Amino acid sequence: MNLFASSPIATREIAAVVASYLRLGDTVVLAGEMGAGKTLLAQGICAALGVTGPVTSPTFNLVHTYAGNDATVHHADLYRLKNRDEIADLALEEFSQQGDIVLIEWGDVGDDVIGEHLEIRIGLCEQDESRDIEIRAVGKRWELRWPLLVAATKLYARNDADWDDQ
Amino acid sequence: MHIDNSTVVLGIESSCDETAAAIVMGGNDVLSSVVSSQIDIHAKFGGVVPEVASRAHLELMQPVINEAIQLAGIGSERINAVATTVGPGLIGALLVGVSAGKAMAYGLGVPFIGVNHLEAHLYAALLEEPQLPFPAVVLLVSGGNTLLIHMTAPGEYSLLGATIDDAAGEAFDKIARFLDIGYPGGPAVDAAAQLGNPQSVEFPRAMLHDGLDFSFSGLKTSVINYVRKNPDVASQDIAASFQHAVVDVLVVKTLRAAQQVGAKSIVLGGGVAANSLLRSEMQRVGSGAGFHVALPSKAMCTDNAAMIASAGWYRLRDHGPSGLDTGAIPHLSLTGSTVRGNRGERK
Repeated sequence: MNLFASSPIATREIAAVVASYLRLGDTVVLAGEMGAGKTLLAQGICAALGVTGPVTSPTFNLVHTYAGNDATVHHADLYRLKNRDEIADLALEEFSQQGDIVLIEWGDVGDDVIGEHLEIRIGLCEQDESRDIEIRAVGKRWELRWPLLVAATKLYARNDADWDDQ
Repeated sequence: MHIDNSTVVLGIESSCDETAAAIVMGGNDVLSSVVSSQIDIHAKFGGVVPEVASRAHLELMQPVINEAIQLAGIGSERINAVATTVGPGLIGALLVGVSAGKAMAYGLGVPFIGVNHLEAHLYAALLEEPQLPFPAVVLLVSGGNTLLIHMTAPGEYSLLGATIDDAAGEAFDKIARFLDIGYPGGPAVDAAAQLGNPQSVEFPRAMLHDGLDFSFSGLKTSVINYVRKNPDVASQDIAASFQHAVVDVLVVKTLRAAQQVGAKSIVLGGGVAANSLLRSEMQRVGSGAGFHVALPSKAMCTDNAAMIASAGWYRLRDHGPSGLDTGAIPHLSLTGSTVRGNRGERK
């Protein structure tokens, strides 16, 4: 599904809508080129999950872990990794197996590597502040929730457009 | 046990990319300091070494420790304590160092000291300048951290500010990659900036007049947007203007922090402290405002084990050893949870 975010605030709000459909043990891949806003999406998801305090880029530290209201959230970044063995070393699969939520920036390294997940791809637009956002689900885990997520994000997009008109 | 200027501490570091070991006597006399990336691993140990994996630490740990002991010119029986980074960092990477450190301590029958990696960076300046005037404000700025710390004495500190998104070093690295001017990004931007005009583009200085926290994500996006729209502007000019914006913010906020807490010294630490403009501007502005400015050598600014051994010496003297049940603490914060000291529990 394709969405349009008119501002960084809208991007965070879309992330919050997605967060409200997450279940314990879910993995979310955050994709998009440098400066597109992957960390902003992670900040939006974390805030909606109840993480307080700053959510910073994990590029150098590789994984940051936060306590949400109901879940532990691991925020990973594969930008610096060079091969698949190094991804296994981060133990992200173990985190999701124990019921934690895993967010992976630069995680679009192949559906077979990451397993079942939701992918949010964010892209730069003509205008500096707005972004194209594309969301897709990989695996049976999302089968039942997907139509609900689509409906919710469409509802959000319509309200956002109305708001912009005023 | 009695801790004095002859107490020899083996320091071990494996929290991030570097595998490192060092021998430090009396808290600040560095007898040896070995960092894996600084030695020719391919020649010495053979094989391809992955950069980040904990497997790399595992392969390098023992050779690096042996090298440190050998270079110090001492026998291992001269080691009085073993200090090891227990956090923050990746669990797999940390465990390699913690396991090696505890095994060494147990085998030698000497105390083990768990050290906070961030805290250890604060001791790096003391290694080269033991008489540093306190209180000090430390700007710890690397790929993974951008922190302003108030240090009133060794072991006594509080956090004044931090980045709310990207670390400054990460911004350097990503902009270098984006401009395609080389790797690692810090030195590449530094070198390109020497040839460019720092006034050519006015990039934003986020939160410049607002508190002691930092934000570099918007600057990164701003550079990317600018280059997309102005592809003909020379990358040297972009690099110089970008670096100027980062350094401006770092210097202004550090000076503000130092004035707010009434510091005597300003101290730089972390990999970005090797940046030539940051060093010269901090020296110029800091000295001009009447502060003593300490600029540790690059080897002491970046990750190393000498600072771990030094922090371990102070911790052993002031708080006693950690238990051998001490584990890795991946999310250890600078001021939050501290490493348990079990004074008197073990002899």
